Amino acid sequence: MTADARFTGLFWAVWRRNLRVYRRIWAINFLPPLLEPLFYLLAFGLGFSGLVSGVSWHGEALAFTQFFAPALIAAAAMWQAFMETSYNSFVRMFYQKSYDAMLATPLSLEEIIVAEIVWGATRSVIAAALMLAVVAGLGYTTGGQALAVIPVALLGGLAFGAMGMAATAVTPSIDMFNIPVFLVITPMFLFSGTFFPVDALPAWAGPLAWAMPLYHLAELMRAACLGRLTTGSLGNAAVLALYAAIFLPLALAGMRRRLIK
Amino acid sequence: MEGQTADPVLEVAAAHKNFGTFAAVRGVSFAVRRGECFGLLGPNGAGKTTTIRMIYGFSPLSGGTIRVFGQEIGPHFRAIRARLGVCQQGNTLDPDLSVLENLLVFAGYFRIPRREALARAEELLAFFALEAKKRFQYEELSGGMARRLMLARAIINRPDLLILDEPTTGLDPQSRNTLWDRLLDLKRQGLTILLTTHAMEEAERFCDRLCIIDHGQVAAEGDPAGLIATHAGRHALEVESPDEAMAAYLADQGRRFDRSGRRLIVYGDDRAALLALRDQFCTERGFIRAATLEDVFLRLTGRELRE
Repeated sequence: MTADARFTGLFWAVWRRNLRVYRRIWAINFLPPLLEPLFYLLAFGLGFSGLVSGVSWHGEALAFTQFFAPALIAAAAMWQAFMETSYNSFVRMFYQKSYDAMLATPLSLEEIIVAEIVWGATRSVIAAALMLAVVAGLGYTTGGQALAVIPVALLGGLAFGAMGMAATAVTPSIDMFNIPVFLVITPMFLFSGTFFPVDALPAWAGPLAWAMPLYHLAELMRAACLGRLTTGSLGNAAVLALYAAIFLPLALAGMRRRLIK
Repeated sequence: MEGQTADPVLEVAAAHKNFGTFAAVRGVSFAVRRGECFGLLGPNGAGKTTTIRMIYGFSPLSGGTIRVFGQEIGPHFRAIRARLGVCQQGNTLDPDLSVLENLLVFAGYFRIPRREALARAEELLAFFALEAKKRFQYEELSGGMARRLMLARAIINRPDLLILDEPTTGLDPQSRNTLWDRLLDLKRQGLTILLTTHAMEEAERFCDRLCIIDHGQVAAEGDPAGLIATHAGRHALEVESPDEAMAAYLADQGRRFDRSGRRLIVYGDDRAALLALRDQFCTERGFIRAATLEDVFLRLTGRELRE
């Protein structure tokens, strides 16, 4: 007799559980991605336009808000996925004992963890889609390439979701998420070509920013929104895929070590 | 697998489990037959929950074999768990979902189609007297209701073996009785049940057979009446603060007795002999009662506190 497969489509059942909970308060969940870009762009558009004349991106002169708007979508995709698979997954695993209950059903550990990561990426996609509508409505997109924001958010969500889950696998308590959030995610949010181009960083910090997944996610979002996707964009996508490919097995191994006793 | 119905539903053979250098389960063996209620008794830390977790494939074995429905759980976890119902010790209900949704979502993990899941959920909510609560969030449930919902969820897949880890711990007598009534109904429908419990009286009433586990090993196995007859006797004389002369006399006579704090308990099949003992040593402070499974349990596992 052959052994049962470790991974099947049953993981969608866990994904659907999360969707069901999300849908209950969908209106509340929709607020941040709708209001955040509106407020930020308003604040930066009104307040900063006098201070910052323009930004140069790959030799192209952009208004600051033009530069910044796609990065907001990238950052939201990052936060949505990372927060979901760190804090929220930790609550389900540690406080609600949901994984213990699931592991008494035909679900495998692999299916549970992948479902959580894919759900985190789904949240990234939902947020990105809503933000795209706002950003496009405000006139910060050009052309149909902007729709590429959706698959890009999925890819970025998978990378950051896997990173969050890897953190969940090793964090001893929920407070300890402050370490990855404030030592990795927040600096990345500020210094990865989101608020200002990485050219403005000192020479030593350039390669550091380049190694950050958010830099590539922001580059892709910007290229998509401005209709500047090229074959070079595939390089950005490859880096994100690499992050997902590295952190998914780390998350699986870590959760196996943590849960299976 | 049909036609092998004579085979045990569950076979645990020399199961071992080590956590680092600590051996939690050290060679436990027992078998559960189709349609019976089998109890796993033991003090805290005896290895009951660890054994159960190995059975449903949560914990890998360190040694020995466990076969459920004739198959090993490791490679066949999915096929086996599809036919298992597991009610864990702690509350693992989903607080983000309503009572009904808890059942529906769990049904999804067993690939039960939506309509079928809804029908089963309604049926189970009625069976466990939770119909009026189906839109409730689980924080609105009492302890007894939550446990009933756990049980309902555990059998949503119509399992062939139901595993219950301390199903009645922490419940008030009313909730406990309701729960046992429902379990008895399920047993009468032919469901095979494996349970762990500290409630000796309940184990005596509901288990066809049981085994007492201590320090990760089986201390005794049998049916409740047989275990009482073998390890205690039919009657017990319980004495509060007896004279030292009594213990000395009993030891001298080679009688079967135990001391527990200030109490002394003498066991025997001969009621008249126990009455004579009482008249001889302790007319006021002694009384005769039937020996119970608790006597057997305490005789085998000792009376000192387990922390």
